[in-house]
Amino acid sequence: MTQTVMELTPSRVATESAVYRPLISLKSVGKVFRNGTEALRRISLDIPSHPQFVSLLGPSGCGKSTLLRIISGLDTCSSGSVEWPTSMHDVQARPLEQVGFVFQEPTLQPWSTVFDNVYLPMRLKGQRRKDAHDRVMEVLKLVHLDGFANNYPRQLSGGMKMRVSVARALVMKPKLLLMDEPFAALDEITRLQLNNDLLELWQAQGLTVIFVTHSIYESVYLSDRIVVIGARPGRIVADIPIDAPYPRSEEFRTSSVYNEHCRHVSAQLKAAMGRPGESSP
Amino acid sequence: MSDEMLEVGVNVPDDMSPPPSRTFQSSAEKWLAFAAPYLFGLFFLGGWEAIVRIEQIPVYLLPGPLLILHTLITDFAILLPNLIVTLRTTLLAFLAAAFGGLLLGLLFTFSRWVERTLFPYAVILQVTPIVAIAPLIIIWVNNTQIALLICAWIVAFFPIVSNTAVGLNSTDRNLIDLYRLYGASKVQTLFLLKLPSALPYYLAGLRISGGLALIGAVVAEFVAGTGGTQSGLAYRILESGYRLEIPRMFAALLLISLTGITIFVCLSLLSNFLLRNWHESAAGE
Ligand SMILES: Nc1ncnc2c1ncn2[C@@H]1O[C@H](COP(=O)(O)OP(=O)(O)OP(=O)(O)O)[C@@H](O)[C@H]1O
Ligand SMILES: [Mg+2]
Repeated sequence: MTQTVMELTPSRVATESAVYRPLISLKSVGKVFRNGTEALRRISLDIPSHPQFVSLLGPSGCGKSTLLRIISGLDTCSSGSVEWPTSMHDVQARPLEQVGFVFQEPTLQPWSTVFDNVYLPMRLKGQRRKDAHDRVMEVLKLVHLDGFANNYPRQLSGGMKMRVSVARALVMKPKLLLMDEPFAALDEITRLQLNNDLLELWQAQGLTVIFVTHSIYESVYLSDRIVVIGARPGRIVADIPIDAPYPRSEEFRTSSVYNEHCRHVSAQLKAAMGRPGESSP
Repeated sequence: MSDEMLEVGVNVPDDMSPPPSRTFQSSAEKWLAFAAPYLFGLFFLGGWEAIVRIEQIPVYLLPGPLLILHTLITDFAILLPNLIVTLRTTLLAFLAAAFGGLLLGLLFTFSRWVERTLFPYAVILQVTPIVAIAPLIIIWVNNTQIALLICAWIVAFFPIVSNTAVGLNSTDRNLIDLYRLYGASKVQTLFLLKLPSALPYYLAGLRISGGLALIGAVVAEFVAGTGGTQSGLAYRILESGYRLEIPRMFAALLLISLTGITIFVCLSLLSNFLLRNWHESAAGE
């Protein structure tokens, strides 16, 4: 219950405008569920306001989804605070539409067409179908699905459904895209293709992406920063920059730089898993 | 550097395809699978007719299927008013159950208190045999038609209430989160998300209730046993039994079965039509 809104008072602007102001600032965030599970402990993390591709990498059950839900405002933290210094939350500390969320499953409405699924966020904001048409078709084109606007989800492959889900997250022009293991359920070939498409989108749209994954290969390929999270309780064990230039292509996957990064991240993760939190049995 | 180390905890099932089901392979087999129930029916009716003729069973014990069909056609003018009465009770009770069940199901999901308070009584109504309550209702309610309607309604409405409640509660958690994320109002969440999610469950409830409404109406008619112009098919069965007009009794029975089948088929068609775009059970074919 500690999501705060920083008022943009003139004095603040005056004193801080010269200073580096992150998009989101997590300050010592902790989460203990009602059943006593400590999911997160003292997570401090700044997400800069310039477009960045951040991966949260960690073993299953370490609290990645919980962290993402707290960032999105779907869940609250039990200690610490989530601050949006550039004030993307409204007064009730509810995230505004500049946050897009992509779940692990496509999470589409089976009774709605692809068009209506993507139109949904705009519809909930009271926009008319007619007025939304151009924007919806635009994002469908971005995810290469412009020919499928009138199809129903069950007529699409798993990869296509995921693209619809990404299009829906993009339709409100978010500044921040949260993705919770979006491609984990897809086959390898589709996953690689969607990775490339996502990078393309990310660069073209000027987004910040927070991407949850438990694949080292995927995180190194995509990110310019990997935050490694250890388990029980979830805590940050390493914050690794991946300083390989974009655009990245298939050559990058086989380069020695890529392998070097994978090895480094893997070592960090291994160290993290062998070093459990003090409180664990 | 091993693969397991890199793919931390990735848990991909070896086989994503559904378990092999018993399917009919060749076209001959498919044809047989289609024809089997009809062949069995023909075989059964043929055997019945044959036994009745060979053993010369008197019609007041067991009429043959041909005679029953013949009686149905010749006595149709007598049976039609009874059919209309039964059908009217059934449909009115079904409609009342469809709307009442939906409203109560909605109420249940809006207020846990209402659910906790009323659900036990809905269950009690459901598990108490209608034959046992029907005489009371017929005594209490002056108008027999309304008494019959209430009996049929009691039988029909429970599956709709419980299915609606289950359907409304089974909305995809992630979709609910998505609606929350975009600040959807309660009304938006209900009409755009919860009601559509509950539709398949509601329709399944309707399919069960359609048949139950007919059963409730017929059982109540048996208990009421009223004669006159306002009597249904059950009364015709009782009366034919007393008069030993057994073929007509069977014809009335056949009409009840046909009515039940028609109701089920209509509701299945409605369900398939409404769910044609999205629900797996209606997909394909
Ligand atoms: N609603 C909840 N109530 C109680 N405990 C919870 C709840 N949600 C998650 N947890 C627990 O919190 C921990 C972190 O869960 P979380 O789903 O965030 O992990 P994760 O890193 O996303 O895992 P995965 O990679 O498997 O998705 C787990 O131990 C989980 O059992
Ligand atoms: Mg998760």
